[in-house]
Amino acid sequence: MGGFATVLLVIGINIVLAVSLTVVNGFTGQFSMGHGGFMAVGGYVAAMIVYYGSLRLWGSANFAGGFLSSASGDGAWLAGGDVLFVVACLAAGLAAAGAGYLVGLPSLRLKGDYLAIVTLGFGEIVRVVLQGTAPQIARSKADVVRETPVWKLATHLGGAQGFNLLPTYATLFWIYFAAVLTLIVVYRLKMSSSGRAFLSIREDEIASQAMGVNVTKYKVRAFVLSSFFAGVAGGLYAMYLGAINATDLGFQRSFEVIIMVVLGGMGSISGATLAAILLSILPEVLRAPPPVWPAGLALLVVMVIIQKVGISFGLTRGPADGIVLNIAISMRSLRRSWKFKPLVIVAGVTMALETARLVCLQQQIDIAQYRMVLYALMLIIMMIVRPEGLFGVREFWDYLPRRRAHSPSGPVAEASA
Amino acid sequence: MPLLQVSNLHVSYGSIRALHGIDLEVEAGKIVTLIGANGAGKSTTLRAISGMIPSEQGAISFDGHSILGTPPHRLLEQGMAHVPEGRGIFGNLTVEDNLALGAYIRNDRDGIRNDHERVLELFPRLKERLKQSAGTLSGGEQQMLAIARGMMSRPRLLLLDEPSLGLAPQFVQTIFAIIREVNQQGTTILLIEQNAHMALQVAHQAYVLETGAIAMRGPASELAASDEVRKRYLGIA
Ligand SMILES: Nc1ncnc2c1ncn2[C@@H]1O[C@H](COP(=O)(O)OP(=O)(O)OP(=O)(O)O)[C@@H](O)[C@H]1O
Ligand SMILES: [Mg+2]
Repeated sequence: MGGFATVLLVIGINIVLAVSLTVVNGFTGQFSMGHGGFMAVGGYVAAMIVYYGSLRLWGSANFAGGFLSSASGDGAWLAGGDVLFVVACLAAGLAAAGAGYLVGLPSLRLKGDYLAIVTLGFGEIVRVVLQGTAPQIARSKADVVRETPVWKLATHLGGAQGFNLLPTYATLFWIYFAAVLTLIVVYRLKMSSSGRAFLSIREDEIASQAMGVNVTKYKVRAFVLSSFFAGVAGGLYAMYLGAINATDLGFQRSFEVIIMVVLGGMGSISGATLAAILLSILPEVLRAPPPVWPAGLALLVVMVIIQKVGISFGLTRGPADGIVLNIAISMRSLRRSWKFKPLVIVAGVTMALETARLVCLQQQIDIAQYRMVLYALMLIIMMIVRPEGLFGVREFWDYLPRRRAHSPSGPVAEASA
Repeated sequence: MPLLQVSNLHVSYGSIRALHGIDLEVEAGKIVTLIGANGAGKSTTLRAISGMIPSEQGAISFDGHSILGTPPHRLLEQGMAHVPEGRGIFGNLTVEDNLALGAYIRNDRDGIRNDHERVLELFPRLKERLKQSAGTLSGGEQQMLAIARGMMSRPRLLLLDEPSLGLAPQFVQTIFAIIREVNQQGTTILLIEQNAHMALQVAHQAYVLETGAIAMRGPASELAASDEVRKRYLGIA
């Protein structure tokens, strides 16, 4: 599979992870550090069901999917393998949600950051337990798998070697199906009256209680929902890689997802999505950093144009009650003088990045290895420059310029800032 | 039978005893005020009544039923709303969202819409600021929002904790006028105030709290006239 398609798959999985974590860390203002752990729970459950399930049902763990899981596959849209895969992903979500309930209930009753501590511990326990499991039963031993009771199969998860040689069902279709589903569910939640209740908990827990919100119940709900999607993401991850190893799903993984949520703006769905996309691309970019200066130059030109020419656009209700997209351009040069500061910043940052890139190239330093350092730096800069994250609690369209409905005969309004 | 009856209420924070044996009654349709120095236990009394903190001993009944140990969201359903000290505004949400959260426990859409209108009539300033983040309102506007939000659950009893705290004199006047108006529209009010002067003017009944116990009680006008209260709480020699 091409590098580009792989990045797209990673982006999709990261969207599921970041958007689901937004429900806990963004909406209710609790702090979970165990998303990697829930992903591991889901991933292993899905791996077990698909691998041992295939061996039990068909005597082979080969790929048995239809068109949706493999473009080259012929015949039916859906085959038995796909059904097993979807069931496995649902079971992965449910298992993670169940784990979330058990972990969340005691810690969410308490006020304060107990959740952070407990989830951190949970993630580590999951990792250690999974690494201590018995070796995977080989693909060739379908008869052994058939004779082994299910509960015993659940202890053969590959230990430190990880769970390998899984049939890969998680294609772009399935991953983006899950991503879109996550986005819809979480967006609807945010816009519902329960969504308002979630946000109120984050704003002021005592006042929220005074509004009649059952705070504990909502916190547990948010956490369980979030764990569910983390579990599904784990299942997708295992079925896209064809392998899963608990070592990769430790604290570092949880931290990456937290960064996506924080960068995007605690509580912003579009922010988390954007951050998930950017941070999924970043490692690829770092592997072979392209020149920065063309982008910097282009940005400078655009900024000059925006400073000199006001551009605004928006949707307004038109004369015949239809929606009209209007774009207004006006020369602003007479009204505004130059603003040099942003231009200097962009130029400076471009030069700094370009220098860093050249130094790395010349000294043969692989910056991809310093990814976590970069993440930490990004967090620090973000906390200084814009502590509420890219979009804060809002969505990006809340920032689009809004225009008053214009009268049919009137002139197009002046461009707004 | 009073709408709210508190008898022999004891509350502690760990080893700190905040209330030792409070008796208090609120008749339906009245404004009752609870005044007292800082740290006397006024907020504690309200929190215990609305179920936000547990009571150690004593009885609280609302509308004839014991409500000891009932969680706040249940009490709200039964018609008791608490506007806590410090307002507890949801700063990053809009004024509109704050009001909607006030009606969180209700699901009668038409009733909510009516109350929304009614509340905005009482607080015209909020009407102009529905889409604004509540955190950007001025202190006085935030206080208005807190009261308005408390009313959105259509309570029979409204518990107000220092609604005039930190407000300029003309704003204080407005707030008290509104409190009286809300009461005249049929809501019973238990009011905590530092501003004893204003509180005694609007209230029917008054209680004076001193270090966790009721020191004086009676019709507000009588207390306002007593030497003790004049000297200690109204600053009149
Ligand atoms: N959470 C708490 N933990 C420990 N002690 C508390 C707590 N809350 C209040 N207290 C103590 O209980 C006593 C009564 O406090 P309370 O808040 O009821 O006073 P108040 O009469 O409302 O005062 P104010 O007019 O300053 O608001 C005080 O001595 C206070 O220090
Ligand atoms: Mg107080």
